[in-house]
Amino acid sequence: MAETISKPRSFQEIILRLQGYWAERGCAIMQPYDMEVGAGTFHPATTLRSLGTNPWAAAYVQPSRRPTDGRYGENPNRMQHYYQYQVLIKPSPPDLQALYLGSLEAIGIDMNLHDIRFVEDDWESPTLGAWGLGWEVWCDGMEVSQFTYFQQVGGHDCHPVSGELTYGLERLAMYVLGIDHVMDMPYNDPQSPIPLSYGNVFRQTEQEYSRWNFDVANTDMLLKHFEEAEAECEAILTHDHIDPKTGHRIIMVHPAYDQCIKASHLFNLLDARGVISVTERQAYIGRVRALAKQCADAFVQTEAGGWVAE
Amino acid sequence: MPDLLIELFSEEIPARMQAKAAEDLKKRVTDGLVEAGLTYSGAAAFSTPRRLVLTLDGLLDQSPTLREERKGPRVDAPTKAIEGFLRGAGLTRDQLQERDEKKGAVFFAVIEKPGRPAAEIVAEVLEATIRNFPWPKSMRWGAGSLRWVRPLHSILCILTTEAGAEVVPMDIDGIKAGNSTEGHRFMAAGRFAVSSFDDYRAKLKRDHVILDATERAEHIWHDATNQAFANGLEVVEDRGLLAEVAGLVEWPVVLMGEIGEDFLGLPPEVLQTSMKEHQKFFSVKNPKTGRIERFITVANRETTDHGKTILAGNQKVLAARLSDAKFFWENDLRVAKAGMGAWTEQLSNVTFHNQLGTQAARIDRIAALARELAPVMAIEPDLAEQAARVAKADLSSEMVYEFPELQGLMGRYYAEAAGLPQAVANACEQHYSPLGPSDDVPSEAVSTIVALADKLDTLTGFWAIDEKPTGSKDPYALRRAALGVIRIILTGDLRINLDRFIDSQLLKHKISLTRSSAQAGETEALEEMLDEIADHGVFGAAFHAVLDRLAGKDDAPDMEDGSLLRTVGDAMPDLSTDLLAFFHDRLKVYLRDQGMRHDVIDACLEMPGSDDLTLLVKRATALSDLLKTDDGENLLQGYKRANNILTQAEEKDGVEYSFGADVKYAETDAEKALFAALDTAEAAISPAMQNEDFEVAMRGMAALRAPIDAFFEAVQVNADNAIVRRNRLNLLARIRNICLSVADLSQIEG
Repeated sequence: MAETISKPRSFQEIILRLQGYWAERGCAIMQPYDMEVGAGTFHPATTLRSLGTNPWAAAYVQPSRRPTDGRYGENPNRMQHYYQYQVLIKPSPPDLQALYLGSLEAIGIDMNLHDIRFVEDDWESPTLGAWGLGWEVWCDGMEVSQFTYFQQVGGHDCHPVSGELTYGLERLAMYVLGIDHVMDMPYNDPQSPIPLSYGNVFRQTEQEYSRWNFDVANTDMLLKHFEEAEAECEAILTHDHIDPKTGHRIIMVHPAYDQCIKASHLFNLLDARGVISVTERQAYIGRVRALAKQCADAFVQTEAGGWVAE
Repeated sequence: MPDLLIELFSEEIPARMQAKAAEDLKKRVTDGLVEAGLTYSGAAAFSTPRRLVLTLDGLLDQSPTLREERKGPRVDAPTKAIEGFLRGAGLTRDQLQERDEKKGAVFFAVIEKPGRPAAEIVAEVLEATIRNFPWPKSMRWGAGSLRWVRPLHSILCILTTEAGAEVVPMDIDGIKAGNSTEGHRFMAAGRFAVSSFDDYRAKLKRDHVILDATERAEHIWHDATNQAFANGLEVVEDRGLLAEVAGLVEWPVVLMGEIGEDFLGLPPEVLQTSMKEHQKFFSVKNPKTGRIERFITVANRETTDHGKTILAGNQKVLAARLSDAKFFWENDLRVAKAGMGAWTEQLSNVTFHNQLGTQAARIDRIAALARELAPVMAIEPDLAEQAARVAKADLSSEMVYEFPELQGLMGRYYAEAAGLPQAVANACEQHYSPLGPSDDVPSEAVSTIVALADKLDTLTGFWAIDEKPTGSKDPYALRRAALGVIRIILTGDLRINLDRFIDSQLLKHKISLTRSSAQAGETEALEEMLDEIADHGVFGAAFHAVLDRLAGKDDAPDMEDGSLLRTVGDAMPDLSTDLLAFFHDRLKVYLRDQGMRHDVIDACLEMPGSDDLTLLVKRATALSDLLKTDDGENLLQGYKRANNILTQAEEKDGVEYSFGADVKYAETDAEKALFAALDTAEAAISPAMQNEDFEVAMRGMAALRAPIDAFFEAVQVNADNAIVRRNRLNLLARIRNICLSVADLSQIEG
């Protein structure tokens, strides 16, 4: 590259640069989904929009929660709450690899000094009934992203195929910024009048959630909520497509999908509380997958999902 | 004659698939070309992470013209027949030839298929190859429907002659074949055209791509060993890793880095596994200390700072990984030194199989079986049980959770740390052996017993729930387990009556499978049968003994048809026979690979004691040796002749000839001699069989060859005199009985 790109100075600058980079390449910059999810893939802008024939291009930050990964803020790079950066383009453009490498340069990774590799890693989400082929991308031996061509989502074959990029933001930022412990990472510019580290922002919440996730969360309540979310998801989708009040065809996919997301997160919480046995685990995953599949079935019946009125 | 060059350029192909894909490309294209009549003189295929390449030289420039003559109907045949012939040949009537044959004028069709240019055939064959390529997993991309392992970007396909190179015109889903490609992703300037394979290979090298995976691997190994040597160190050889790494780079650059001092105390296998699995690093050993002190990583590019940044990054990632490993190791050691109780307890929460219960329940069964098997190796039952109880404890350890491939090995380290006897620690590692047909069997007695108990419990368990291998499906690796048992028994020359252990272990599984639905007294009755098996040896006798004992009692459980006891009792013999037959099948496959004829094994399978595999193989070996001799081969013929005559006579007369041959009715010398020879043979064979001395028995049998031959030479069995005839048939029955007491010769072919 002719111009040398300056090094970013903070976590947020890396996010801002990614937002700018993908905005310039035509992606709709979405905001995080306003529910607890385990990964950026759960955002309807990925799960649902990867279905059907309509073209799509979106990029967004998604706060992600994995209760079992909580370490009370003590582990250098493991947390129960972290950020993913997610890009989804449908159909996957032929130069997606080059576009992706451009994004690494944009956040200050000099291609002339680093070793970037695409190492086989097939992606599968048993809870979403989804899978794809692709790679984990290595920078100097460290996994910095997941790169996937979606083949199936919610049990539906993807036509056209979406290309999905997922960046683990904290890990990537720590590498770019040369930080060893996530809590020491500058969240805003260290030259700011009020410099904040990642730890200033998140150490306490990691402690609070770790304690709640592992030892305190009311499992009876969580179990009840799981059942309720499951029932509501199914109930929503059984309603007639025609809304009797407006007379319009309104399939309530997103409200139903919200319940599916809820069920998935509740399952993760129950798992962290250690109340789900190995055999039950598969059954719970199957129940969430069944919801995801029903939502996918419904979505392709909507205009956003490529449905066209006769 | 032109040369052909094909390059299929794509996004990164998984390393593990590259070599086979290059071979598949070669095979499918050359097969297709040859089938279309296009022969060639040489072919070579190559792969890199981003390309599959095939080069053929000395290809025909067109396929040969084919001329085919077909004889049709007579000229005066009905019009319908002639029209049918024309349709079949694809000709019109004026194109037919009339030829005079003996029976009159006949139509002939001469069909000429002109040769086709090479380019046309190549385009067809390559398109079919790409569309039907046997990738283990393939995908679609963008809006297209073409499938490839990852998105396919360009096709280079040229035919080169002295006059120059020409692109083979073709277009697959919008990808047009051309004469250009690109070099390294980061160390090249852009697309370039090529005119031949040599030109292609040279320009690739200029643009930082080594085409040949073998050359890349050699380069990596050469540089790695040199760098290690310069520091007085040596690289730990790992061919699998070398092949994989050579498939991850187009321009290998070898870099050697240090492992932090903190981590050098980890077991070398942990360092090696962590570095290999997560980072694809080679381990570098210090021959003086025997420790792994450094690593080799292979980058895909040169950099202005000579790899400094890359190495620093890799070192950082490794440190993070090894901190995890060290954390696991230290936590695990604490549990181990406290006696591993936490782990064995935890195993009661881990399901082994949803029908076969928890790992803890499984370990209880294995431990009990190990006790019973202990005398086979003359070890203390307590020691066998102790080893079986801790052999799988490491499954709960953090290290094995992280690196499942270290199971057993970590068990040994932890058992040593717990201060257990060395034989017990070794059993933790060795009881999984043998894992494959060429893997070593356990070398020590305690390990051997635990290995046998483990495998027998697994096999009987899956038999009890009817989860047997079918066709190519064997998800629980039961064939491997059975082969393991066979190899352990044969290698150690062990004497085990498998029937007894199969029966008792099957029954134990049945007891736990039925416990929750059992009525009062039923489980207890089944448990009594277990004790009886220990006394009687097999299930049948044990079953009846218990039922007889219960029969008179007032509080006896239900023993009617359809009751639990009856259901189990009815199922057990078939299950047991079926599992022993499975062992026999695996044994046949195993012995066949060692050159033993399958019919020889069949001849021994039906003999008593065939559940004792060592005995079975001893018998088969002796029989096999006998059949290799002239006497053996002729004796077999004599036996068959005797048996045929007997069978025919028995069918005709409706009786079985078995006893009562009397020498006083013998008329000829040959007949008398046979009587004498049979007496001698019986006297020799019977005690030999008692002593399991099959060689002597076989020799005794072989000695019958001459008298049997002489008998058939001189004597007409079906004599007119009914008494003489019956006596001779009974004499033949003696031959049959003697031979059958050694092996079932009727199973032998030829």
